Amino acid sequence: MSGLFDLVVSVVRVAVMLAFTLSLVPILVWAERKGAAYIQDRRGPNRAKILGLTLGGLFHPLADALKLLFKEDFIPDGAHRLFYQMAPMFALAPALMTFAVIPVGPPVVIAGREVALQVADLNVGILYIFAISGLAVYGVILAGWASNSKYPLLGGLRSSAQMISYEVSLGLSIIGLVMVFRSVRLSEIVASQGTLLWGIVPKWGVFVQPLGFLLFLVAVYAEANRTPFDLPEGESEIVAGFHTEYGSFKFSIFFMAEYIHMVVGSALIATLFFGGWQFPYLADSGFVLPGGAALGLPGPLVLLLRIGAFLGKLLFFAWLFIWVRWTIPRFRYDQVMRLGWKVLLPLSLANIFVTGLVLLLIGGGA
Amino acid sequence: MAIGVKKVARPRKMSGGETLYLLEILRGLGVTMGHLVRNIFRQENIATIEYPEVRREMPPRFRGLHRLMKRPDGTPRCVACYCCATACPAVCITIVAGESPDPAVEKYPVRFDIDMLRCVFCGHCVEACPCDAIRMDTGWFTPPEHTREKLIYTIDMLMEK
Repeated sequence: MSGLFDLVVSVVRVAVMLAFTLSLVPILVWAERKGAAYIQDRRGPNRAKILGLTLGGLFHPLADALKLLFKEDFIPDGAHRLFYQMAPMFALAPALMTFAVIPVGPPVVIAGREVALQVADLNVGILYIFAISGLAVYGVILAGWASNSKYPLLGGLRSSAQMISYEVSLGLSIIGLVMVFRSVRLSEIVASQGTLLWGIVPKWGVFVQPLGFLLFLVAVYAEANRTPFDLPEGESEIVAGFHTEYGSFKFSIFFMAEYIHMVVGSALIATLFFGGWQFPYLADSGFVLPGGAALGLPGPLVLLLRIGAFLGKLLFFAWLFIWVRWTIPRFRYDQVMRLGWKVLLPLSLANIFVTGLVLLLIGGGA
Repeated sequence: MAIGVKKVARPRKMSGGETLYLLEILRGLGVTMGHLVRNIFRQENIATIEYPEVRREMPPRFRGLHRLMKRPDGTPRCVACYCCATACPAVCITIVAGESPDPAVEKYPVRFDIDMLRCVFCGHCVEACPCDAIRMDTGWFTPPEHTREKLIYTIDMLMEK
């Protein structure tokens, strides 16, 4: 029985997480298009109708997906056939895989057994994330090279250079956090963010590692190839960058990969720096405010509040990706390189040094 | 300064706060959020015209699609004098004249075709017309069609506009 139970739990968890990430994509596409329109004083998509309902253009992403699905699936002359077809998969798979280690809620007890609300509670959580998300750039580079066309190649080269510059800062910006929480297991990092700092503020990563948070935020934007670091695409300079030669469903997979990267990036920021599923001042029994006031809540409600808190944080940071995209212009290539190597890298090293010094002075931090 | 040398103003040095970028980005985020919120709550301020449902109000002197005027009894006011066809720089008007059954009128147009694919909407035909039979005051431009033939407007189409 126990083997069957584990199997069912695993399958259900994978199915729910996959459905969750994939269903966020059309919502984000819609938010991006509609938000961009309103930011630019336009109306945005409002034409696609089902039974006379437009729902503010919510059906446009579905219509786009259907359209792309039914388009001719071509491979350009001179393209490397195998790599050309592999590239979209390489772009999408790592993005989906990274979400596996993100805890969306506290462990729940089902039929007398504890079930973690994450697909895999790996003891190397953060290392796994960096290992897998580092693979995502292969999709871009392969697409750029296999297309046998100059603009995709330029996009791929830019992507690899950007990757090398920002992967370092991304990894180093986390070290300080790992030093404070003394674990690379994501469920433990989230759990230890539930306590209070000086008895007032939640001990979230952003409060103990403000500089680390800023560095991580910038590096995640660069990793997800989003504005202001969307040089691999760079529409105004290199057509559409690495996916210039892609059409039909292969293009839509690149498109999905970009949005899933946003989801995963937002989930990571929420998990590492904003307490993941921790709701401020919410303990297992209910709200406990610093002054001593308490409000008891039933267990299921606490669980729902916590999952809701995670979802809210995720959606906020996903919206921040979109919001930033329609606010600031793209960096020039040399500016990106300068920012990566001459600003972010020294700052992240300094952050580690200062964190270590402080932990040493206050005796281990814990 | 020597002749032919032009000194281009360089952008001013950024202040310390501006070189941090982050503060300026926060201000920019404030600007865009302001636009977003304003446009969500005051949709009537968005300048977009929802075209097929809402038509732009054309200014009164806009030269749009032609129309042929009618006499009180419904016959065309045009006397088939060929002034408009002669004035037309695009040679898009084809007139075939016939003898009018009305003894007070000498001729009437049996055919009066305007090739909308050739028309340049210059308004010379309207100016040339001696009896105010052709006007361009419909306030609308040529709608798209699937075939070229449908864009050659005949006298019936021009008279019902």
